[in-house]
Amino acid sequence: MSSTDIHIDHDIHHAHDEHDHHLDQNFFEKYIFSQDHKTIAKQYLFSGIFWAFIGGFLSILFRLQLGWPEATFTFLEPILGGWIENGKLNPEFYLALVTMHGTIMVFFVLTAGLSGTFSNFLIPLQVGARDMASGFMNMLSYWIFFLASVILFTSLFLETGPASGGWTVYPPLSALPQAMEGSKGGMTLWLISMALFIVSQLLGGVNYITTVINLRTKGMSMTKLPLTIWAFFLTAILGLLAFPVLFSAALLLIFDRSFGTSFFLSDIFIAGEALSNTGGSPILFQHLFWFLGHPEVYIVIMPAFGIVSEVIATNARKPIFGYRAMIGSLIGISLLSFVVWAHHMFVTGMNPFLGSVFMFLTLIIAVPSAVKVFNWLATLWRGNIRFTAAMMFAVGFVSLFISGGLTGIILGNSALDIQLHDTYFVVAHFHLVMGAAAFFGMFAGVYHWFPKMFGRLMDEKLGYVHFWLTFVSVYLVFMPMHYIGIAGFPRRYYAWTGFEAFSGFADMNTFISISAILGFTAQFIFLFNFVYSIIRGRKSTANPWHSNTLEWTTPVLPGHGNWPGEIPAVYRWPYDYSKPGSVEDYIPQNIPFSQTQSSNLPQERDFE
Amino acid sequence: MITIAIVLSIVLLLVILFLLFRIGTLASIFRGSSERAAGTTKTSNRVNGTLLLLFLFGGGAAFAWSFIASWDEMNQPLASVHGDWTDSLFWTTMIIIGIVFVITQILLFLYSYKYQHKDDKRAYYYPHNNKIEIVWTMIPAIVMALLVFGGWQTWTKITSAAPQEAIVVEVMGKQFNWMVRYPGPDGELGVAKTTLITATNEFGVDFSDRNAMDDFMPMQIHVPKGKPVLFKIRSRDVIHSVFLPHFRVKMDAVPGMPTKFWFVPTKTTQDMRNETGNPDFNYELACTEVCGRGHFAMRFILVVDEEEEYEEWLAAQTPFVEQNPDVLAKFSTEAPEQIVLGESTEKKAEEVKTEL
Repeated sequence: MSSTDIHIDHDIHHAHDEHDHHLDQNFFEKYIFSQDHKTIAKQYLFSGIFWAFIGGFLSILFRLQLGWPEATFTFLEPILGGWIENGKLNPEFYLALVTMHGTIMVFFVLTAGLSGTFSNFLIPLQVGARDMASGFMNMLSYWIFFLASVILFTSLFLETGPASGGWTVYPPLSALPQAMEGSKGGMTLWLISMALFIVSQLLGGVNYITTVINLRTKGMSMTKLPLTIWAFFLTAILGLLAFPVLFSAALLLIFDRSFGTSFFLSDIFIAGEALSNTGGSPILFQHLFWFLGHPEVYIVIMPAFGIVSEVIATNARKPIFGYRAMIGSLIGISLLSFVVWAHHMFVTGMNPFLGSVFMFLTLIIAVPSAVKVFNWLATLWRGNIRFTAAMMFAVGFVSLFISGGLTGIILGNSALDIQLHDTYFVVAHFHLVMGAAAFFGMFAGVYHWFPKMFGRLMDEKLGYVHFWLTFVSVYLVFMPMHYIGIAGFPRRYYAWTGFEAFSGFADMNTFISISAILGFTAQFIFLFNFVYSIIRGRKSTANPWHSNTLEWTTPVLPGHGNWPGEIPAVYRWPYDYSKPGSVEDYIPQNIPFSQTQSSNLPQERDFE
Repeated sequence: MITIAIVLSIVLLLVILFLLFRIGTLASIFRGSSERAAGTTKTSNRVNGTLLLLFLFGGGAAFAWSFIASWDEMNQPLASVHGDWTDSLFWTTMIIIGIVFVITQILLFLYSYKYQHKDDKRAYYYPHNNKIEIVWTMIPAIVMALLVFGGWQTWTKITSAAPQEAIVVEVMGKQFNWMVRYPGPDGELGVAKTTLITATNEFGVDFSDRNAMDDFMPMQIHVPKGKPVLFKIRSRDVIHSVFLPHFRVKMDAVPGMPTKFWFVPTKTTQDMRNETGNPDFNYELACTEVCGRGHFAMRFILVVDEEEEYEEWLAAQTPFVEQNPDVLAKFSTEAPEQIVLGESTEKKAEEVKTEL
């Protein structure tokens, strides 16, 4: 080991190098209880895909009910058993379906599956570290998440059903077992699962933040970080600050449910008796929940921002437009996301003045979001765009983010929210902007980093088919939902047929359900492509997309410790694509300016 | 037998799809297109670029068509004063975001098509331009400021205190129906407590309170046209939400925390029947906060009358205690002192009324 280098970071890395030579890991250490960030990332990815199919399948079940409210579903009896009563879906089970769909998608797929996969995989690789700051905590994070998953999955098979009070689990509905079947054992398991989930998120988040701050390679200043890392870094900070608040809310709810406290309960008469609880406030729970809940939607979407920025810049062969503005808008969104939560509560009876304040703050957050969209468009302008499957999903992401984001301007306006609150307009809005868009970010990430994960390429053509079917069906599902929402159709309704005001749009609902089934079916193309490519996909090269970031300087399949030799030092920002004067249209971050004299800009001459 | 046939045909279909996939892969290896960097092959770029452009035009046309076709169905008939303000604010905002939507989507798909990969071309190195960035930060900021201002004004007006002469109706949500209570001629609702709820006294009204004596609980809400109506909203079990789609009214019913919403109906039920051409039209009250099994079926009828009709209806109502004299028995022991108290508060209330 060289002794001339006195840099502390390097000493640590050398220590790791030595460690690498002990190749005595057994099967369990290597694949199950692994502390390698790449293996943990894959574990998160597989879990996320598993949950996504469960969550998607649940949505198909309730779309069947909404699309064909008069039909009999005896053919579902083999799967659903007692939940089908005389050929009809049980209305409480319907609520359980929407609740579990929401919980699974928001937390288990788009938080754990997205951040868990890509923060774990990319942070050490892109900042130039051997592994996460604490491999053990990282492993713990995954296995606690796994435990949370097992518990939530188990709750699906309870006789009284899983939690059914909506993914927001507002008390008193969720607090009182006599209010509905799902508030019995299902809700208890939901709360335990969520408490464990939060622990897992915190363990992961601490690691992401520490790694980004402490383990950057030589030369990797904060303003040379790829936007992915900025996004993951800020996401982890949001999670670290917001999740404990949900933990406290869950804990108080556990107390109310099991130990007779009255944090959220007051003046209740239910199931033939008046309860003794007094003095609590159901609104308090909503404040606590949305204090997490709103940052949570940014926890879901910001990693997608980062992935999409990276994929668009790489495939447009252009530097991301306004790199610093992109970082600035990410920071702006992160800060503002903490002061807008009560826009979910305009019509809960909250003081109207508070409503005005939150409307003002909410609409400010549209500005950094708009800047991001403009910058992506400017990045595409005069690019030389390679339509890889990842790039298609990135373009799709921008389109969905615009479509869904704009209606946020309407819902953030408290006066307009009166009519639209809890209608399908809201459903359409958030499914486009954080549901489908975050999924597209995730798909872009999977297609883009698959070669680094598995050393093989996914089939591009199947990727295109997957993209087009998904993209079209997402729009076919959620665009018409806006009309239904403008008409005031309330969400979480088992059927609208009881109301004259909501008797229209029956055909439209059938159409939406058919589109949803199409979209869900298309995901099996992805599943096939994913599994097949892991085993038999085309072998990849080390840098198949001609990308600049550090992970592509590793071998095709990076081993434990990521780089076989020394960690490369970084000299430039990650977006030197198509720089005038350079032969290739990309200059990786680890190429010093001294080797690129022909393309250096005047201000870069000093670094030669 | 049919199941086997279905399963078999699905399996065959999957096999065929798999074979097509294998043939496609082998063909691309044979053509040598797999040797090129991903996303730079001519055909796939041209196909995807063209599809993006087609999606823009086709999708845009389908959107426009379906929007126009659904226009009548998506606009619920409007019957309140403030609903007019929010509806016009809604459509103004929709036009503004519609413009942004059209421009950004066109640019997105057009750029994607126009700047698709060509071997002889190179992207334009253009990392930033501070002037442009400041401009497109300022524009949304200004537009947002204007929208916030409009929204804030409307919101303040809607949520302002109800006029003194407003007709008071108490709306209570429970699993799984709505119940309403009118204060009767004295204009005051009697005190209610959850602990007093019984099978007959579903509101838990304290009938030792004099104000409760003339309270009545009809099976439909009746309100006169053109007069402000104040809903005093509460719930006795879980959270519900009062939603009157035609009046653009929504407010949660929260146990332990009374809420309120006031509005002015502008069209009678009869007016609306004439307008919509539906002789069976009724104003409906729905629940919009998930509350359990019967959430989707909490329907209640609201009738808007002409002033005279409303007075007639009001006169025909009998107080709850007259319909159910039994409920009084429970309160008889503590009645005397309560009556004295009740009288004094009633007097005070009257004084206030005359002053105003």
